[in-house]
Amino acid sequence: MNALEINQLCKRYDNGFLAVKGIDLVVRQGDFFALLGANGAGKSTTIGIVASLVNKTSGSVKVYGHDLDTDPEGVKRCIGLVPQEFNFNQFENVFDIVVSQAGYYGIPRKKALERAEICLKQLELWDKRNEASRELSGGMKRRLMIARALVHEPKLLILDEPTAGVDIEIRRSMWQFFKKINAAGTTIILTTHYLEEAESLCKHIAIINKGNVIEDMDMKGLLEKADEEVFVLSLERPVGQIPAITGSRIEAVDETTWEVSVRKESGIHALFDELSRLGVRVTGIRNESNRLEQLFIKLLAKKEAADV
Amino acid sequence: MFKTEYLVALQTITNKEVKRFLRIWVQTLLPSVITTTLYFLIFGTLIGSRIGQMNGYDYMDFIVPGLILMAVISNAYSNVVSSFYSAKFQHNIEEMLVAPMPGWIILMGYISGGVLRGLIVGVLVTVVSLFFTDLQIAHPVMMVVVFLLTGVLFSAAGFINAAYAKSFDDISIVPTFVLTPLIYLGGVFYSIDLLPAFWQNVSLLNPVLYMIDVFRFSVLGASDIPLQYGFTVIVIFITVLLGISLRLLSKGIGIRN
Repeated sequence: MNALEINQLCKRYDNGFLAVKGIDLVVRQGDFFALLGANGAGKSTTIGIVASLVNKTSGSVKVYGHDLDTDPEGVKRCIGLVPQEFNFNQFENVFDIVVSQAGYYGIPRKKALERAEICLKQLELWDKRNEASRELSGGMKRRLMIARALVHEPKLLILDEPTAGVDIEIRRSMWQFFKKINAAGTTIILTTHYLEEAESLCKHIAIINKGNVIEDMDMKGLLEKADEEVFVLSLERPVGQIPAITGSRIEAVDETTWEVSVRKESGIHALFDELSRLGVRVTGIRNESNRLEQLFIKLLAKKEAADV
Repeated sequence: MFKTEYLVALQTITNKEVKRFLRIWVQTLLPSVITTTLYFLIFGTLIGSRIGQMNGYDYMDFIVPGLILMAVISNAYSNVVSSFYSAKFQHNIEEMLVAPMPGWIILMGYISGGVLRGLIVGVLVTVVSLFFTDLQIAHPVMMVVVFLLTGVLFSAAGFINAAYAKSFDDISIVPTFVLTPLIYLGGVFYSIDLLPAFWQNVSLLNPVLYMIDVFRFSVLGASDIPLQYGFTVIVIFITVLLGISLRLLSKGIGIRN
């Protein structure tokens, strides 16, 4: 059974704006699925429809076989949502927020208290349980929303930019947590602006642009489409003239820094062999950006060109 | 079908609402008690002694039922309008919208909160009134029934106001420009028999008049309007307002995008 099936989904807002233009998507059970797109592409609208926060205009949504039109409660029972914006009562304390959410899902109070404790401990918020939510840091607020979304043990967890504004250390610990719950069987849909996040976590990816799905495939297959990678090289000393190396394109950032685009079929070994032969000594190397990011930009540019 | 999960969800919303108004009791419970005490003191004791009798009762006794019900009305209304609008404003209404419970459970939860606040304030004001008059309640069961029905009616009205509200101004406009005039012109301080025939007929269009009249009957044992008219008006208004509230929830008007 698929975790999510979206068929010909459309959303037109009251002001006439068509945010989602008949998209089809399938998320398999157990998948870690990335939904990417620029701001305003239609990701959050799509997620909002699946989570019953936005009314759809047409099309169908099924979650674990439950149809949103005929069995909305069945759909809701399967989903845990971590929205983009903080959406808890700022005056309530952390524990009450999570316990109340369990109550809304019909979980009896005794069990709700137990589950809230487990979730808050998992997200390292147990020590903060009696604090008003407005007193928490940005990272803690994000973790609170994750704890709240998990309290009813959903089969499908939807994360709408869960690590926005979170420092890198906490972000990486959150990644580990997401990997753990995905490995334990929870299907996850992730939207993010950190493409490194999608690349390192997700098995499947769909890209939405202006309300349409322009790419939908497994991560490995998509990354194979990336035909070049960009590296930044630090040189031991300035080099007078930039050499021409087959399969690579070099641009000088400053006297001792080069940005080198290497075509996938040429490989980085060929670049270093040639630099070594020319007597250019490299003291450091780093990726300019990840492969997915380059591919994402390329796909959007290609789509823009096609539209023109 | 009423599932056990619905009952848990309803209890959760109600507990949350009660906890909210008890936490800020200085803002929610105390003001009505102070305002009504001032009414009792000024209109009842000081001015009332010069007015004499109204419909055969001491003026103080005449205004007590209306003032109690006024407190119930304004508290039931303001509890739901402010709580539901702030849930919309802070987006924590989404916590309920994503959960597997029907709209009518959300509505019942908020109405329960409004009714309970109205009831608590109503009881407090009734207790205060005992310091000013030797009140004998003629029909206590009817008094509780009218308490509850009025609470439900104005909680539903507050819900509709909050659902349509787009700013904090919108939740103060209706109480100030609609609710307060209806209450003051609903016979709290006077019998409509004092009005000229034309204004008596105009007053009969005011639903609050019937509620205050029925409530006055439950306390004093006498009323201006036949009881069945009063209850009919209350039930009609409750039905209409609950119907509108449920429609707003099912369509997501003012609640979902």
